[in-house]
Amino acid sequence: MKPSLFRYAKPASLDETFDLLAHHGRGATVLAGGQSLLAGLGMRLASPDVLVDINGLKALGGISLQGEEVVIGALTRHAEVLASPIVARHLPLVAEAITHVGHIGIRNRGTFGGSLAYADPAAELPACAVAQGATLVLGGRAGRRRVAAEAFFTGMMETALQTGELILEIRLPVQRPTQKHVFAELSRRHGDFALAGVAGLVSLEGHRIAEARLVYFGCVTHAEIARGMSAALVGQALPLPSADALVEVLRRDLSPGDVPGMRAETKLQLAAVITRRKLNSLQETATP
Amino acid sequence: MTAAAAPGRNKAIGERIPRADSKRLMRGRGRYIGDIVLPRMLHLAFVRSPYAHADILSLDLAAARACPNVEAVFEGKELAAICTPLIGVASNRLGHKSAPQYPLAIDRAFWQGQAVVAVVAASRAEAEDAAQQVVVEWGELPAVTDGERALTDPAIHASLGDNLALGHVITSGDPDKGFAEAAIVIERSFSFERQTGLTLEPRGLIADWDSGKEALTVYHSHQSPFQMQDVFSRHFGIPEHRVRVVTPDVGGGFGMKLNVYAEDLAVVATSRLLARPVKFCADRLESFVSDSHARDHRIKARIGVAQDGRITAMEIDDISAVGAYGMPLRFNVAEGMMAITSCGAPYEVPNYRGRTRSVYVNKNLIGMYRGVGIPLGVAVTELLTDLAAKRLDMDPVAFKRLNYRRLASMPCVTHGGVRLDGCSFDACLDKLLDAMDYDSLRKEQAELRKRGILRGIGIATFVEPSAYGPPYYGPTEARISVQDGCTIRLEPSGVFRCLTSITDQGQGTLTGLAQIIAETLGVPMDHVEMVSGDSAASPYGGGAWASRGMAIGGEAALKTAMTMKENILVLAASITQTVPGELDIVDGNVVSRRTGDPVISLAEVGKIGYFRQDTLPKDLAVELAVTRSHVANHQAYYTGNGVQGVYLEVDPETGFVKLLGLWAIDDCGRVINPLIVDEQVRGGIVQGIGGALYEECIYDEAGNLTNGTLADYLVPMAAEMPDIHVGHVETPESTTQLGAKGIGEAGTIGAIGAVWVGVNDAVAPLGAKLCHQPFTPERVLDAIRTARADAKP
Amino acid sequence: MTDDEPGYEIEISLVVNGASVKRRVSARQHLADFLREDLSLTGTHLGCEHGVCGACTVRVDGRVVRGCLMLAAQADGSTVETIEGLSDSGVLAELQEAFLERNAAQCGFCTAGMLLTASEFLAGGQRASRQEIRDVLSGNMCRCTGYQAIVDAVEAVMNRRLDR
Repeated sequence: MKPSLFRYAKPASLDETFDLLAHHGRGATVLAGGQSLLAGLGMRLASPDVLVDINGLKALGGISLQGEEVVIGALTRHAEVLASPIVARHLPLVAEAITHVGHIGIRNRGTFGGSLAYADPAAELPACAVAQGATLVLGGRAGRRRVAAEAFFTGMMETALQTGELILEIRLPVQRPTQKHVFAELSRRHGDFALAGVAGLVSLEGHRIAEARLVYFGCVTHAEIARGMSAALVGQALPLPSADALVEVLRRDLSPGDVPGMRAETKLQLAAVITRRKLNSLQETATP
Repeated sequence: MTAAAAPGRNKAIGERIPRADSKRLMRGRGRYIGDIVLPRMLHLAFVRSPYAHADILSLDLAAARACPNVEAVFEGKELAAICTPLIGVASNRLGHKSAPQYPLAIDRAFWQGQAVVAVVAASRAEAEDAAQQVVVEWGELPAVTDGERALTDPAIHASLGDNLALGHVITSGDPDKGFAEAAIVIERSFSFERQTGLTLEPRGLIADWDSGKEALTVYHSHQSPFQMQDVFSRHFGIPEHRVRVVTPDVGGGFGMKLNVYAEDLAVVATSRLLARPVKFCADRLESFVSDSHARDHRIKARIGVAQDGRITAMEIDDISAVGAYGMPLRFNVAEGMMAITSCGAPYEVPNYRGRTRSVYVNKNLIGMYRGVGIPLGVAVTELLTDLAAKRLDMDPVAFKRLNYRRLASMPCVTHGGVRLDGCSFDACLDKLLDAMDYDSLRKEQAELRKRGILRGIGIATFVEPSAYGPPYYGPTEARISVQDGCTIRLEPSGVFRCLTSITDQGQGTLTGLAQIIAETLGVPMDHVEMVSGDSAASPYGGGAWASRGMAIGGEAALKTAMTMKENILVLAASITQTVPGELDIVDGNVVSRRTGDPVISLAEVGKIGYFRQDTLPKDLAVELAVTRSHVANHQAYYTGNGVQGVYLEVDPETGFVKLLGLWAIDDCGRVINPLIVDEQVRGGIVQGIGGALYEECIYDEAGNLTNGTLADYLVPMAAEMPDIHVGHVETPESTTQLGAKGIGEAGTIGAIGAVWVGVNDAVAPLGAKLCHQPFTPERVLDAIRTARADAKP
Repeated sequence: MTDDEPGYEIEISLVVNGASVKRRVSARQHLADFLREDLSLTGTHLGCEHGVCGACTVRVDGRVVRGCLMLAAQADGSTVETIEGLSDSGVLAELQEAFLERNAAQCGFCTAGMLLTASEFLAGGQRASRQEIRDVLSGNMCRCTGYQAIVDAVEAVMNRRLDR
């Protein structure tokens, strides 16, 4: 499982990076954490002409609190996110999700931006970015632009990134005091990609859901707000009595495919179950 | 049974002695096949069939040959010219048929993954580059993929006429009458999905044909160097004494690395033709489609039970889809045969019928893998007996007690033809119930059921035949040695170098042998050095399989050590002017048996024995290197037994199964090293859990494997596994001095059945039936949904 | 190809087990293969080459990574430690002793990965439950031991250190 031959460049600056990407066009692939890319190259699923290693771009690192936003550089390693007091305090959704991302060795290399750019529909961070209402700052030769996470994931492993563009940073609004985060994931083994997962923010008024913003992963083609479910939950009293009703709502929101060993219908059922269980567990900590 | 050792001194047998071997492995100083580099070595990559069944219409190798640093590209006909085909047929099985298998597929490929072209280059990466340039024109054919349908599908090998490899029926008593007399009959269908053995270190070999010496050396990640010495010699026409197979450190075998792979012959063939060493190390993707597989059975079975709970009859009908060819030497019909011979073995079953049909399908070959068909026989038996007990409102434990074969009745031959001796079913069950606090678990289960929490308890009893002897393999005409030997050589400085035909892939057999030798000789453990894994450098033997290391190899080591000790005492007595009867060896010194005082050191004995024979009597002839062997001539195997209990919870909304506890009580005869034995049991259990809950090869309609990566084929990892309690009963093997039986497969054999019973026990209140392994969340949810639908008025 | 053009090969300088190393490597060669083939440090093993089994675990700049999911080229300027170096320096001695006592290494193929992963976990100084230890090790596949002996060994070292 050795990759096919490719050329390698490690630019020292963003400008150099954009020049390389523009010059090589579709023949260039960006190498960040490499935790997904290198596995795929070994299987010869792709044969890029040039690998552009952006790990030397120090400007793309770091986690900082800027006003009401946590700003995470695209090259921030998952391990840094896991250890960050800023994330722990202001983004409890991400803080919980990151513990489900792979394992130690993966987290030491994998990057936040890389996870979003790769856009695996079973990955946690794209769903968290959308749930949190994040803004992605993209950059290319033509300059910078901002794209809402909500609009960034457009299809199965497809994003709004244009050829020659990089994610530079991700800006996530801090969780408001009225908000509670919702994270649940079902996988056969710890650290596996999810069979069904949900990431979201809700706010409660007493026992009722006042606001809900849920994003699913593992049972979808891409990360997007589950509008039907999010709307249907508003006004609902916890505890939700059954998961069966939720299945029908989710059926309209999600279009999971069959995968070897699990039919789409089963995924919907799992998604409904974790939604109900997680929301009901919020009620145990809600103030009356 | 005696191993003459001064009581308390140099005691090693039965002790928890750590494996000295593992120190080197833990420091990164192992030497596995991938680590070995030979001068002028080349690397091989295969082009494999992407189709389950397809004609090879044309091959264009020109572009591949022109790739950088490619030495050669070979197709099937070229290699077949210098290598006779493999035919996996057992001579003593009437009607057993298989098509011949060539090193590379010729004209037609019979499973997705079968090797078709061999590319040899300066590096693996370059070989893979060139492999991508091979142009094959394929003519896709309909694939036979289902075992049941294979019986009536067109023969995948026209010469065979149909897809039946072998059919076999066992009848004992009058089963029809037995079922007619039964008060209740429980019938079920069982599915066991296909698995792959999956060692962490993939398969590999380096073939080194030395054209100057006209000799072949093969470094092989394999469990039996002798078997492969024979295979390479015969199929390439190289005299056997010029074939040497060396098995280095092996990263797990489990039976998968016992099998004979046609593509291994292809590697040797390329070395023959190029007269250079050629290395092939399978990568993980190709492991999935070329390592031998396991299981893949559809079984229908039923049990008849009288009102008082006694079994009146059992019947099992098995279809085993063995892949595209018979497995050479190791006969994949063994999966089905062992399923039907093992069914019901621990119980008195007065009337029995077992039928198995092994059928060919367009899939990878089934081969030996931990437990072979026995876990299936156990799962079928234990679930049916558990269900029968429930139907009669009997506790499953009481049912077992009533029907168990008694130790006093042995030796006996079961309805399936298994000869049992020294099986301690009751004693093991006693210990298990105590260890798991069975009554408390049942109470807890009942309490939690009231709250809708589904806990399950599953107990599985099994027999583990191990250390198969000549009556088993001999009549098949497979050139498999079930005799193992040991040579002990006194080094002049007084320490011992011991060659054994047993091999060790991490199970610790070499340490166990050292314990036997050290204690028997009367020396400290670190005075004994084990050498193994070289077909040229030990007595001829079997190697590692069927849990035979201590049972057979240990007996050989014991005999050898006893003789060596005698010889040393004869020499020492001559040197010290006494008689051997007055001497003993303790702590590495020859001592007076009467006083315990040291008389002469082994170093001095060695010095004189090797260098100062001028000081010895003219007619004294003492061998300071001794070889002895052991074979159980007329015994098909030794029978160990055990029982396992699992406590688990099924989540009815998600279908997830959580293992809360697992207990195993095993009787493998004399336990040579509990530290080693217990971890063999645990490792085997986790592989069994893998089969019961996680592992399956998922194929599409066209016979393509859809989950052939480690991300998609689920091997148990640490987080989901329970802590496992292991306990022992020791009923020594009565026919040997050592008294050890086998343990390597027991964990797997019992765990699968325990989980089958446990998950069904958990969902019983819902009326759900789980009969399709692995019990994935979807299968559990489907079973619950079906039960709910059936329950509706 | 000019100097400015990306090349198929690249010169790398790094420190491996305390020794300076300078080599020209193929861009496509992963770090595990570089260590194994170019430096003959074969203690790092290949079990899958797609980042699942953890047998290829090495330490880069003080953190464990999967050697198959990093290019040798990416290790330019880095400090790499393998099982050989970490054994010879004694860093892993306590863990190795515990593994030996518990028979936590059978075929040995996963062991380097287990030791390095456990070592990074223990360096964090937390007290963890057995289940948490299992979670830490859940990215390292073992087919021989069933994991329990490994968990026992790691737990024993953790407790010894915390109770010191």
